[in-house]
Amino acid sequence: MVYGYYPGCSSHGTAKEYDISTKKVCERLGLKLEEVRDWNCCGASPAHATSEELALALPFRNLVLAEKQGLDSIMSTCSACYNRLKVAHETLKKAPEILNRMSEIVGEPYNKTLKVIHFLDLISKEFGVEKIKESVVKPLTGLKAVSYYGCLLTRPPKLVSIDPDGENPTIMEEIIEALGAESPYWSHKTECCGASFALDRTDIVLRLSNEILKAARFADADCIIVACPLCFANLDMRQSQIASKYGINYSLPVLFISELMGVAIGMGNKELGIDKHIVSAKNLLKEKDLI
Amino acid sequence: MIYQLNADVRNFGKTISKLSDVDIYTCYQCGKCTAGCPIVMEMSHTPNQIMRLIQLGLKEEVLNSLTPWLCAACETCTTRCPKGVDIAKIMDTLRILARKEGYQSKEPNVVKFNDIFLNCIKDKGRLQETHLAMVYNLKTKQFFKDADIGRKLFMKGKISLSSDKIKGTDAMKSIFERSRAFLGKGE
Repeated sequence: MVYGYYPGCSSHGTAKEYDISTKKVCERLGLKLEEVRDWNCCGASPAHATSEELALALPFRNLVLAEKQGLDSIMSTCSACYNRLKVAHETLKKAPEILNRMSEIVGEPYNKTLKVIHFLDLISKEFGVEKIKESVVKPLTGLKAVSYYGCLLTRPPKLVSIDPDGENPTIMEEIIEALGAESPYWSHKTECCGASFALDRTDIVLRLSNEILKAARFADADCIIVACPLCFANLDMRQSQIASKYGINYSLPVLFISELMGVAIGMGNKELGIDKHIVSAKNLLKEKDLI
Repeated sequence: MIYQLNADVRNFGKTISKLSDVDIYTCYQCGKCTAGCPIVMEMSHTPNQIMRLIQLGLKEEVLNSLTPWLCAACETCTTRCPKGVDIAKIMDTLRILARKEGYQSKEPNVVKFNDIFLNCIKDKGRLQETHLAMVYNLKTKQFFKDADIGRKLFMKGKISLSSDKIKGTDAMKSIFERSRAFLGKGE
């Protein structure tokens, strides 16, 4: 089966390794990805804070392109992209007048045939946790990895949830445990990192990200696993700024779920792009005998 | 402060309910939205206060409030509201209405950021993070903001200066025009 792939803008910048590792892992698992041709930005938070129509029209063009390309699904790796595509799709399914208006704005019809999914859906629901277990060649034994979902993967649960329990999702823990690692319960798995204020209110991002890193330390985690480029950027990239502001140097590696999967199915550090992190995960992986 | 209720009181509430497709009158002030809000300590009004102000029709106070501009759209309030009120959606509605009616944002950099972000998409179809950060720093005169991170990202090969432009830029332009978005230049 072929899955439509919507990489999102960060995959060409701060989350290059997410794109690299996703493609490598899917290839190894036999999951065929086909990129949506000429995709555009989903609009993220600035669009829905500025115009209701724009917030739907930008993802709408991507849905239309995917459908025209003959794809029956569109898979995003980013929580924000997934959220915007899913909200647009669900809104249009329910409201024919909005669907008409969007067709007018974008100039193309949408038949609502797509399945809008996130990378975690692809791995857990389409591929299956049992099959992941069979694919593992290097079990992540002894690794304590907390799952961080952030906001947009699970909220609002009526529209977008990748997990039936929006407040306490466990879909990522199940994958991590299938890889042989431990993924304990912790307090901050669905707390906000402040992503949408990354540049304009960086102080808020530093405060919230500090709380998340602190909670992960408190849970005695070796690393934080994420499934979103924005969560990754705030938690990995800003650790040195957090250290100078709050006086705590966490040096806590943050890994994309696709990278962790790659390691467990026998791929190398560089092959997966893990060497591109600001907080190096190399020592941790060496210490656990994984690279 | 004494609030005087008059015949217009319900008009503002009705407008917001209509624009957002959320019935604001179902809010009964339990405060759960405020309890879960990660940004509440930075806000001028708590989310439940905003709901009450809308119900009371206090348009000026609501549209001049800092609160909508600091909502991170994390949707925790919406998820937890026992009455099913989509508070995050109301915050979007307030931001959009405030701009449309010419209210100055109490957090001008948030508006600048949104405008620069959207203008980049309008021109190129995709967001280029480096471009966004550079233009934002320039327009807000914070020339060395995040320079430490920029240097590290450059070393890791994550900073790209080449343009990531889609073919359908004409489609982008017409989408922006037809969507009637109130967009500034990020000045």
